[in-house]
Amino acid sequence: MPITVRIPTPLQKVTQNKAEVVLSGSNIREMIDGLERNFPGIKERICDEKGKIRRFINIYVNEEDIRFLKQDQTSLKDGDEVSIIPAIAGG
Amino acid sequence: MSYVKGLKCRECARPYPKEPIYVCEYCFGPLEVDYDYEKIKHKLTKDVLESRPKTMWRYRELLPIDKEPVVGLETGFTPLIRARNLEKALGVKELYLKDDSVNHPTLSFKDRVVSVAISKAKEFGFDTVACASTGNLANSVAAQSAIANLKRYIFIPADLELGKVIGSLIYNPVLVAVDGNYDQVNRLCSEVATKYKWAFVNINIRPYYAEGSKTYGYEIIEQLGWKAPKHIIVPCAGGSLITKIWKALKEFKNIGFIDKLDTKMYASQAAGCNPIVAAVKEDLEIIRPVKPNTIAKSLAIGNPADGVYAVGTVKESGGWAEDVSDDEIVEAIKLLASNEGIFTETAGGVTLGAAKKLIEQGKIPRNESIVVCITGNGLKTQEAVKDRIGKPIRIKPALASFEQAIR
Repeated sequence: MPITVRIPTPLQKVTQNKAEVVLSGSNIREMIDGLERNFPGIKERICDEKGKIRRFINIYVNEEDIRFLKQDQTSLKDGDEVSIIPAIAGG
Repeated sequence: MSYVKGLKCRECARPYPKEPIYVCEYCFGPLEVDYDYEKIKHKLTKDVLESRPKTMWRYRELLPIDKEPVVGLETGFTPLIRARNLEKALGVKELYLKDDSVNHPTLSFKDRVVSVAISKAKEFGFDTVACASTGNLANSVAAQSAIANLKRYIFIPADLELGKVIGSLIYNPVLVAVDGNYDQVNRLCSEVATKYKWAFVNINIRPYYAEGSKTYGYEIIEQLGWKAPKHIIVPCAGGSLITKIWKALKEFKNIGFIDKLDTKMYASQAAGCNPIVAAVKEDLEIIRPVKPNTIAKSLAIGNPADGVYAVGTVKESGGWAEDVSDDEIVEAIKLLASNEGIFTETAGGVTLGAAKKLIEQGKIPRNESIVVCITGNGLKTQEAVKDRIGKPIRIKPALASFEQAIR
């Protein structure tokens, strides 16, 4: 099940400067594990020591924040686009 | 002369150089400016400060620019007003309004942050600035980047109030109205910012930009005669302002400008967008994002980037949080106008409405000093009140017609 993951600038050093990565996984958790297999070290950047997604990272599936879905259990299907985006300020 | 050592991750304290970067590469924590306070303490005394012009730049050692500011030279030092009529109306002893509805040049507290951001963008050598905004930031970036002769791209949610749209367009930026809420605009902008090498004031310039808010806090202290009030009620959108006012108070304590700091900080939001207030009241460790639905569009950020720090500020200071309905916002706007002659935007209705509730609940004692933050101008959000304030009395141009009408 190919899904496209958009990688934010601060993580592109780990992904050999790739801004997009295509991999498979049936939910967000599996996608993160898939990223780790391809780019060792990336998981500890996205998740804290307890394995939870870091609080300053937002993950979107097809434009929707996964906190409005099923968090890291949010399921993924063929052709989904996932964005990993640092929290940003504003007003 | 610079008093900035560099940037530092607020979460893991890793150091970074003074560059247009905003996020820690390791833990994604936000980067913050790291000052040399010892050097500042030596240079900046109350006498030095009081001899300077009454603008936000009188605190410039505590702001993160290395050269002279290029915009916002008249920004800040807005009135701190003793609100005697409101004291009576609310039954409290000592109430002040910090009135940034008359800030220069675009009538909101955002002129403070943007003055720093644009000056810093110039220092970095950018030729284009951009921002994602709920309106006030858009107005200020559009105006101040015009002064600085920079190209400007402004992204806003498409449903903003007309006053805020016109208040940006008049300065001739590229104004991009996105079909979506602010959080979606912000998400889009983070992708735009990756691709285009612009100074995004609330993204890659954020560590510097956000520091401008501290001047609002410094001024409160200085205008109270070098003392901190007991209670400050702050509007929350992304959560940065309350965090930075608190930082300002602590810095003034730290460099010896005030002897004691026992201020309690209160977060206020609209009930239709209250992730920070909910997190305080429910004692949550994380912020649960919401989809905003409120007339307080300037505060309609459902996924506040500095939310955890806003909650932390409330807790550390011993304050609390409250939200208000759209009706309560309008009533508070009218209360402020009819008592103090200040026409604030919806965010000001939020802070005063929340203050009223907190006083009535007994969370804020009636006999202690209170500062309510008024951060924006009502002329920009006329839609919010236009059907709630009566109509002119229409008459013929004759005395009889007038007297009949007022009988």
